Order: sequence, then structure tokens, then C-alpha cells
Amino acid sequence: MTSTDLAVARDRVRDLVGGEPNDLTLRGFLHGLPGVDAVGLSQRADGLGTRSIKTTSKAWALDKIISLIDLTTLEGADTPGKVRSLVSKAVHPDASDPSCPQVAAVCVYGDMVPYAVEALGARHGDPDHGLVSVAAVATAFPSGRASLAVKLADTADAVAAGADEIDMVIDRGAFLAGDYGKVFDEIVQVKQACARPDGTSASLKVILETGELNTYDNVKRASWLAILAGGDFIKTSTGKVSPAATLPVTLLMLEVVRDWHRLTGEKVGVKPAGGIRTAKDAVKYLVTVAETAGEAWLQPHLFRYGASSLLNDVLRQRQKLASGHYTGTDYVTID
Amino acid sequence: MSFLEYAPAPESRSILNLRDEYGLFIDGEFRAGTGGTFATISPADESHIATIAHAGDEDVDAAVQAARRAYDKVWSKMSGRDRGKYLFRIARLVQERARELAVAESLDNGKPIKESRDVDVPLVAAWFFYYAGWADKLDYAGLGAKPRSLGVAGQVIPWNFPLLMLAWKLAPALAAGNTIVLKPAETTPLTALIFAEILQQADLPAGVVNIVTGAGATGAAVVAHPDVDKVAFTGSTAVGRAIARQIAGTRKKVTLELGGKAANIVFDDAPIDQAVEGIVNGIFFNQGHVCCAGSRLLVQESIHDEVIDRLKTRLSTLRLGDPLDKNTDIGAINSAEQLTRIRELSAVGEQEGADRWTAECAIPDKGFWFAPTIFTNVQTSSRIAREEIFGPVLSVLTFRTPDEAIAKANNTPYGLSAGIWSDKGSRILAVADRLRAGVIWANTFNRFDPSSPFGGYKESGYGREGGRQGLLAYLKGAGA
Repeated sequence: MTSTDLAVARDRVRDLVGGEPNDLTLRGFLHGLPGVDAVGLSQRADGLGTRSIKTTSKAWALDKIISLIDLTTLEGADTPGKVRSLVSKAVHPDASDPSCPQVAAVCVYGDMVPYAVEALGARHGDPDHGLVSVAAVATAFPSGRASLAVKLADTADAVAAGADEIDMVIDRGAFLAGDYGKVFDEIVQVKQACARPDGTSASLKVILETGELNTYDNVKRASWLAILAGGDFIKTSTGKVSPAATLPVTLLMLEVVRDWHRLTGEKVGVKPAGGIRTAKDAVKYLVTVAETAGEAWLQPHLFRYGASSLLNDVLRQRQKLASGHYTGTDYVTID
Repeated sequence: MSFLEYAPAPESRSILNLRDEYGLFIDGEFRAGTGGTFATISPADESHIATIAHAGDEDVDAAVQAARRAYDKVWSKMSGRDRGKYLFRIARLVQERARELAVAESLDNGKPIKESRDVDVPLVAAWFFYYAGWADKLDYAGLGAKPRSLGVAGQVIPWNFPLLMLAWKLAPALAAGNTIVLKPAETTPLTALIFAEILQQADLPAGVVNIVTGAGATGAAVVAHPDVDKVAFTGSTAVGRAIARQIAGTRKKVTLELGGKAANIVFDDAPIDQAVEGIVNGIFFNQGHVCCAGSRLLVQESIHDEVIDRLKTRLSTLRLGDPLDKNTDIGAINSAEQLTRIRELSAVGEQEGADRWTAECAIPDKGFWFAPTIFTNVQTSSRIAREEIFGPVLSVLTFRTPDEAIAKANNTPYGLSAGIWSDKGSRILAVADRLRAGVIWANTFNRFDPSSPFGGYKESGYGREGGRQGLLAYLKGAGA
């Protein structure tokens, strides 16, 4: 985002919330949004979950799911070797089938970015061009409990090391305390820290940690807040808190990006992360995206799965579709 | 390719084991009728499903006699606990044969398989389980110790939820100790006849439930039979009136569940996306063939345009087509006759100056179909705001204040159901208190539960089905 873009975005936020974005104006705007009925939302998600995706649709869906995965390793025990292994899996998910698509990105801690970039080599780049991106979690992930200066340095480091995407966490404490202005400013500043010297910018995913926000009304407000502050993606969870991604919460966030698109014509991405482990579940998300935001969202710059074990289940389903029978877990590589 | 053009996912018909011909189920056996036969067809493609016996007056008489014998000799003497065992067994058999029943229901009625599979059949089992539990606890039904059953119940049910309406009628009547002659709707007899096989499987004593198929005359004969003690009817208000007239002055007790023109009231603080879902579910569930359908949308004027805009977007994603495809949202209209009525009333809406919008969807060549339609700019005086259309047609009206919403909602000869959408709990309770409707849903619509009584005000009928109240329609106090 260039500085003129930033100015335009700022003007728009001023128009929408009726003044400089601060606790008061943001509160007025966010609390003026229509509420969410939890029972109705779950009912709708259940309904979408009953879609029956078979034969050609299923084959297409499985390949699409793979191409939308952020293959993730976020452990204290991550090593350069583990990251190289992850990258290799990202590039060749199915050792037995070269026609298998690549995933969209690998997602690692900031200090692992150089190893991921190095391992990818020429394969590193935009998934739209058949390449694999590197995403880094930043801003004192997963808790976000650090000073702003530390968060910004964390972000700038990862971008400098070659990260294409930054997955930041919001300050849930500030959000729950009603300090919407603080949450907003932090996202804006992290977004600025995503800028590269050449004028381009890493894409920013804003993690809401919906499991800690607890209510759907909060998720809706946090989604709007993240989008108003310039997030390119809104993401459900760190994967470190339970519940992580659920279908209702993802549906709700998709409704927000759909409404933002109606309002501004801009498309913001959604990333459910954590807890999606089976192809069957992943297909439900695919259906929910297509029937809520629209099929245009089924591309790597607008929808991602944050997952690790999901990939192998999808690969086994894919093998089953090709061969007609299920294989054992030893017919896909563990990483 | 477009992902949203989901590949066909049809539920297999191979689970069905249909006979070519079905007789009348009298005294525990299938037998030929004296009134000739008629065909039941699939409304989705007009194909022939089976030949059904038409019950004449003699057959109805035989059925009532069988029910009387079973009442006198077996069912009225059996302990509540043992009656309950039969009902539990029926409930379990319904669950075991759920898929078969769902396929048969969608085939014969035209409703989407996802509805028959996820709504109709599970509720049928739930109804039998619920009333099975009551069978040995009638002392606590509210009529004092040892309430008595009424005798032989004549029950006439509609075509919109063929098996579910059968369950609503049979379960409480049997739990209370009555025997039954049931007349399914002419266009949807199939699942009732498969259910008769379930009764045989459950070893229910002969004559406790008799099923006579046929048209209006058969139903009239059941209602008119002098040895019937209790009449229960679900269907149109016109027929309900005729029944009330017919049994006036007789000893027969009666419950009627008739038409509706429910108001679905959306306030400006409603949870908007869920309200849109609720509007869709309220009127397009089961192709709008629902007596409690939310066919009048009352939306606060300040959010009218936004709600309609979102509603149209949502309706554009509905899939109309093969009822047996698991991804179908809107199935077929049940009969050519009903389709004609829906078309006529929609034409009236246009003539009266309302703005018609119909979702764009391909209509199959064969069968009876009507695309989801909404009318905006509808006035309270319009016929489409007054008369029950019983199809996928929504009339949209506006209001300015809660008082106006309540006045408009109540300004109808019907009073079966209503919906309220608001984030404000106190408003929901205050408005619900002043609506004259038997069932009021808050931030949801078309939800059913066997423990909740269901029934109407005014021309929507009298008596309640479901819950403890539903049991009372089939019992009298020991002193009576």
C-alpha cells in the first residue's frame, strides 16, 4: 500500500465512523452494526455443511483446497531442518503424483523465514504465478503481549528476511477492554511496518483469536475493525487457543468481507486456521465461501486454510478418487 | 467450471421396495377397495409411482368397525405401559427405515430430500418417542387420575408433510388409548402405506390403526361415520368449516388445524443476516407449502431496502430442481392444482400493483414448479396480503412503529403463527404478548418440537397438537 493509498483509506475510515478513528467513534460504529444471533448463525453453517460434493465437483474441490493451504509449523522445537522438510512437502505434496498442486504458502515463525526462503529458492513467490509464498507470524505471536515497538520490530524483521505475508495478532486485551482505538492504531502501524524499501508491501493477515473474543458480536466487530485498519486478510485463530476455527465463525467473517465488498468494492481475504483436519470439513468451508462471499473468493489471495494435518487427509481423499480405494497413512509422507 | 454448479448428488431410489399396487390397510391387512383405484405420481416429473386403492363408503365402514373392535377388545384394555412399548417400537422402526421413508416422501410429495431427511422423518420419530413416554403417565396430563380415551378417532391429514402430519395425529391418539381411521391426502398416500408396513412389523394389534386412501369423499365419509368419536383434521379453512358444520350437534369432539397467513416481523435492530435466513426458511421451506409459513414479511421501513436487497442476493443462491438431489433447496409444487392456484394469486398480486421479483432459475420441462418469488410494495388491502397462497411467494409490507407492526400482524382472519426478529429481548416479549397467534417464534422460524403445543387462533382452527395439550384432545376426565 502506497502512502496515497493510505491517505485514501484514512479518509474513508473518517467518513464511515464519523471522525478521527478513536475509542469513541469506533465504538459508535462497531456497536451500531446489526447483531449476530448465535443459534441462527450455527443453523446456517450446519445447512451449508450438508451440501453433498461428489465426483467432478469433489475432484476440483480437493485440488482447490490444496492450493489454498498455508502449510504451517509453529512449534518451539522448529529447526531449519523441520522447515526444509515443510517446504519440500509444500512444493511436492504427493510424492507419488507430480500432477498434485502446490500449497499456497508455508507459515512459520519469523526467525525461520530465512530458512524457508532459502529452501524454496526459485519456487518462492506469488501463488498466482505457480509459486509458494512465505508467511510469518509476528507481533509477539500468539499472545500479542509485548510493547508496540517490539511488535513492529518483529514484523519488520520478518519482512526484511523475505516474508511475503505477515500474520499478526490483535491485542485481545485492548479489544475486550473497549480500547478500539488502540487495536486500530496497532494494526495500522503493523501494516506500515510491512512496507518494503521498494515501495511494495507484505500482505497483512490480522488474527482475531476468535476463541478469546468469545461472542459472535465481538468477532463481527473485530472483523470490521481489522478491515477498517487496512488488514488484507482476517484470520480466525493462532491455533494455540481452543476453540480455533469453526464453520459458524468463518461464515460470520465471510459475511463481513461480503458486506465490505458491497460497501467499497474491495475484496478482503479470510483465513480459518486451526482445527480443520479433514478433507470433509475443508469442503464445507469451500462451500461456505462460494455461497457466502462468492466463487471469486476461491483463490489464494482471498481465502486460505491455516493447517498442517489437513493436507495429508486431502491427499488420501485425492488418491482414493483416482484409484477407487483408500490407502493407509503410510502412502502419504508425514511431512 | 463453476464450483457452484455442484455435480449431481442424487439420493438413490434403490432403497425403496415399492409395490405396484397398494390396497387399503384395514384390520391389520392390506385389502382391495370398493371405490376403484387412482394413481399417485411424482410431482417432479409427473411419472407414475404406484396404483392406490380408493376407499368407498363400505370400506370406510369396515375400517371404523375394525377400529371399534380393536378398541373394545384390545387397545382400551391394554395398560399404558404396554401401549407405550408399541409406540417406542414404532419410533425405532421409523429411525431404522428413515432413509427409505425420506426417499419415498420426496418422491411422492416433491419436497427436497434434505428436508425430508433432516426435518420430516427425524420429527416423525421424535413425535412417537415423545408420546410413547406419555402413554403410562396419563394421570399427570392435567385431567386428574385415570383419564379415559375417547374411542375411535377419524383423522384426515394434508399433503404438505404427509408422514409428519400422520405422526402428529397418530402418536397422541394411540398414547391416550384411542384407535384410529386415518385418511392421507389424495396426492401423497405413499409414506402412510409404507408406514402401515411398519405397523405390521411392529406387531401392532390388528385394527388399532386403519388407513383408508382416497379423495375428499373418502375423508368426508370418515368424518361423517356415526361410530367415530373424535375428528381431527389438518388442511384448508374451507374444508375445516365444512367439517365443523357436518359434526355440529353430534357427540364428536373435534380439533382443526387450518390455514394461516403468518406475519414475520423484522425490526430495525434485528440480527440482519440471520433474519434474512429466517425469512427464507419462513416462506421457502417446503416450497411454502406450510400452514404456518411466514408469508407476510413485515419489515421496518427504515431497513426495508437493505433487507430486500440481501434477500434477493440470498434467493439467487437457492437451487431449484430434482427433489432427490441432496443439494436441492427448492423442490416441486405438490400438484398441478396447487400450481394453478399459486399462479392465479401471483397474477392477482401483479394486477393489484405490487412489484414482482422472481429468482432466476431454470425450470425443469416436466413436473410442477414455481420459482421463489417476492412481492414488494404490497398493501394491507391486497389479496396477496390476505389470502393464503400456500406456495413460495412472499408478500412484503412495511411498518413504522411496534404498535403498527402488531396491528398489521393481527389484521388477518388467521392466527396460526408469527415471527419476531429483534436483538432486544424486552421488545420480543412485549410484542409476542400482543400477537394473536398460536405459535410465536423469536429470532427463528418454522422450528417444531413434540413438546411444544401447536395450533391456531380465529380461522386457523381450534385445539392444540403437541405437548401435554395435544394429549388432551384425545382424553376425557374420569368423571366425564
